[in-house]
Amino acid sequence: MNSPIDMSEEIIKNIIVKEDDDYIVNMGPQHPSTHGVLRLEVCLNGETVKYMVPHIGYIHRAIEKMSESDTYKQIIHLTDRMDYLSAHMNNEAICLAVENALEIEVPERVKYIRVALDELSRVASHHLWWSAFGMDLGALTTFFYGMRDREKILAIFEESFGSRLLHSFVTPGGLMHDVHPNFQKHIMEFVRYFRKKLPEYKQLLTDNVIFHNRTKGIGYMSRETAIAFGVTGPSGRGSGFSCDVRKTAPYGLYNEINFKEILHDEGDSFTRYLVRMEEMEESLNILEQVADNIPEGDFTAKMKPIVKLPEGEYYQRVETARGELGVYIVSDGKKFPYRVKFRSPNFSNLFVLNTLAMEHLIADLVTISGSLDLVIPDIDR
Amino acid sequence: MNSIIEYFTDIYKGVRSLWAGMRVTGKYFVSPGEIVTEQYPENRATLKMEERFKGEVIMPHDENNQHRCTGCGICEVNCPNGSIEIITKRTPNEEGKMVRVIDKHIYHLAMCTFCELCIKTCPSNALAWGQDFEHAVFDRSKLNKVLNKPGSSLKKKEVKS
Amino acid sequence: MILDIYSFSTLTTYIDKSLHAIMAPWLAVAAELVLIGLLFLAFYALLGLFLVYLERKVCAVMQNRIGPNRVGKWGIFQTVADFIKLVTKELIPIKNADNFLFNLAPFIVIIASFMAMAALPFAKGLQAIDFNIGIFYIIAVSSLGIVGVLIAGWSSNSKYSLIGAMRSGAQIVSYELSVGLSLLAVVVFSGSMQLSTIVESQANGWWIFKGHIPALIAFVIYLIASTAEINRGPFDLAEAESELTAGFHTEYSGIKFAFFFLAEYINMFIVAAIAATLFFGGWMPLHIGHWEAFNRVMDFIPSIIWFFGKTFFIIYLIMWFKWTFPRLRIDQLLKLEWKYLLPLSLLNIVLISFVVLMGWYF
Ligand code: SF4
Ligand code: SF4
Repeated sequence: MNSPIDMSEEIIKNIIVKEDDDYIVNMGPQHPSTHGVLRLEVCLNGETVKYMVPHIGYIHRAIEKMSESDTYKQIIHLTDRMDYLSAHMNNEAICLAVENALEIEVPERVKYIRVALDELSRVASHHLWWSAFGMDLGALTTFFYGMRDREKILAIFEESFGSRLLHSFVTPGGLMHDVHPNFQKHIMEFVRYFRKKLPEYKQLLTDNVIFHNRTKGIGYMSRETAIAFGVTGPSGRGSGFSCDVRKTAPYGLYNEINFKEILHDEGDSFTRYLVRMEEMEESLNILEQVADNIPEGDFTAKMKPIVKLPEGEYYQRVETARGELGVYIVSDGKKFPYRVKFRSPNFSNLFVLNTLAMEHLIADLVTISGSLDLVIPDIDR
Repeated sequence: MNSIIEYFTDIYKGVRSLWAGMRVTGKYFVSPGEIVTEQYPENRATLKMEERFKGEVIMPHDENNQHRCTGCGICEVNCPNGSIEIITKRTPNEEGKMVRVIDKHIYHLAMCTFCELCIKTCPSNALAWGQDFEHAVFDRSKLNKVLNKPGSSLKKKEVKS
Repeated sequence: MILDIYSFSTLTTYIDKSLHAIMAPWLAVAAELVLIGLLFLAFYALLGLFLVYLERKVCAVMQNRIGPNRVGKWGIFQTVADFIKLVTKELIPIKNADNFLFNLAPFIVIIASFMAMAALPFAKGLQAIDFNIGIFYIIAVSSLGIVGVLIAGWSSNSKYSLIGAMRSGAQIVSYELSVGLSLLAVVVFSGSMQLSTIVESQANGWWIFKGHIPALIAFVIYLIASTAEINRGPFDLAEAESELTAGFHTEYSGIKFAFFFLAEYINMFIVAAIAATLFFGGWMPLHIGHWEAFNRVMDFIPSIIWFFGKTFFIIYLIMWFKWTFPRLRIDQLLKLEWKYLLPLSLLNIVLISFVVLMGWYF
């Protein structure tokens, strides 16, 4: 097993000493590379980052509080708006929590479709990350190639759910309605298409010497740091922290599917990049396994029209495209939850930024924040 | 000596990797790839949204200007953000009894989050998705719509045989 | 070899003569100066607009997009519309900015690029001024623009601008060296610094062919270094938008921003034109040794087309770089110069001198 980790050291490293004559540059709330309304108070020494304080809360919408006055079915549309790129996984987290609490067994077909959607969302999200990461580094063309390929996934989504980004498609007990008859065919078409395009990604960024120089050895995160800050998802796995919930606490169909957890342990920005690239390929493998075998059947289990959880506390984790999303529900037996708490991956991933960016150049700060793949609405919720 | 060899292999490898990248963009320059951009206002006539596309919530009316909404208010309760308001009135039916019917089914498009709960929960299937997506207006109040058309009435349930 | 390419000097001498015939000599000279100034102004503006449009279209095609397509057919007037928009925009006054310098900076940048353009030979006999130290003049004048950039960064009282300007200062100081050295290569080959002589010296083949390997190395180094000098991707650190929002011109708006924008594109043109003149023969048609018939055919294509064709080819190369590569970091940028480009171009100079001494070129 893992040896116990002395976290104090990691945290001491992160303590910020402010001085009066610090040269402060505010990156954000409107800045091209924070990808949202995040404000980074960066203290510079020449071009070197002395320290960096993230300020959050510019897009706080009180989703947790709002959930307390919504029924379990109504919460779902709120979770869409946290990490909008992993909307489907967020929905699934709540639904799994409710299903486990009520001990409902969802039909096989639902499980298959959910996994397919999970992986499609993951690939789409990684597409966007790849595009934006290239753009952060100044390679503007990657943005359009990524978007071009992401469009194919969004077309699949639109066909089945009617919306491209925020598709509250999962409900407790199953799905809103059945997927489009062309669903499987289009997934297979996408897998074939994307496999052809992947070498392009490799030539354009992965192998590029400038890209290597910009990312290798930049923002080193040790396994200890990752654990101390709770950095999960591809960012954590780039540091050798095995945190894939699909493996460690399988939900849905994941214990029946054959896939491998991508683990690297160099811990720099380039490794985090590699993990995501390999994850895309792995997702394609999963899609291939799943899409052809979706069984016939119902698209939802029998549910009462009003969902009431028995009194108690419930916790469910899922792996979103950015890491581990935890949903914690306290129920007092009524139709509204007593308290809902989301453990969002980006919140933890953001706060490691200072530790990683210290003593790097300001250009590296952009690289590092790009390699952590932050989605701001998920931080604030 | 080794470092000199390294110096030149570095240059060679660097140039090769850069050339690989330039080949990709160069390839697209001479043989443009698939352009996914929608030529939106021009292709308006041919643009067809997916049939499940969530443009707005509508209430389908048949040719006799009849809809299926009974005014039960379930959609209003289920909407998570209060986008639906149901106003009912009492009118006499054929037998002269006073019954509750829908007066106005008010739908605030500006607040709707397209969660589909109203459509799913409506017991009489009175609501559906409309494919219209051109919702830009100059005044927010124009987005408050009355879904049942003026003069419309409730469709009789087909008697089950 | 006597060339019977149409020379613009017939036209210019005719104008000169007729002006002298109707005016006093000093008035005629003044009129000529005004005429040339106006011509350049018009050319400058049109070229700027066209280059912006070209860049947008080229990158659009590379990125599987359509590019501007709203204003006019194929969006040809898009940049004109943009220009009108920029001109009519508000000039936002900056609090605590050094107003005099703040307003001066765009003019310095634009004047520098103006002056550089004066020495370019656009076609046979079409050159505003033919210095005997033409290359030297162009190098000197084109690096004046950086003063404007530094002033802009300093005076606008913004941290982003300041960092951008400092970066750009560091960049130009180092890359000037490589640019100079790689241009020196051609000076050694042709034995002259006068642009017209250099062009004439390529009548039986361009230097990039005649000078084979060393000329090729010099060309590549020149291309890289001059891309860096004009702050274009992948060396656009001074305005790295993902780090510094817009770098040194963050605080500029309206027409003042347009000046920077225009100057950047004109600088790209100048750089490409120099490369075309020195390595690809400028307005000189493609001539191969003693193939008289072939050379004759080539001569039918007007020299001005040759010049612009080559220049735009090099501009395309520069664009191709920009739209493919990620941006370098400031320390890597300097490392690239001091560790790779400078030693290589020094070596190259030695190589070229040797080649020239031995007469191993065509
Ligand atoms: S639309 Fe349906 S749910 Fe809403 S009031 Fe009418 S019948 Fe009831
Ligand atoms: S789709 Fe959702 S938010 Fe919109 S009106 Fe229906 S229930 Fe309300």
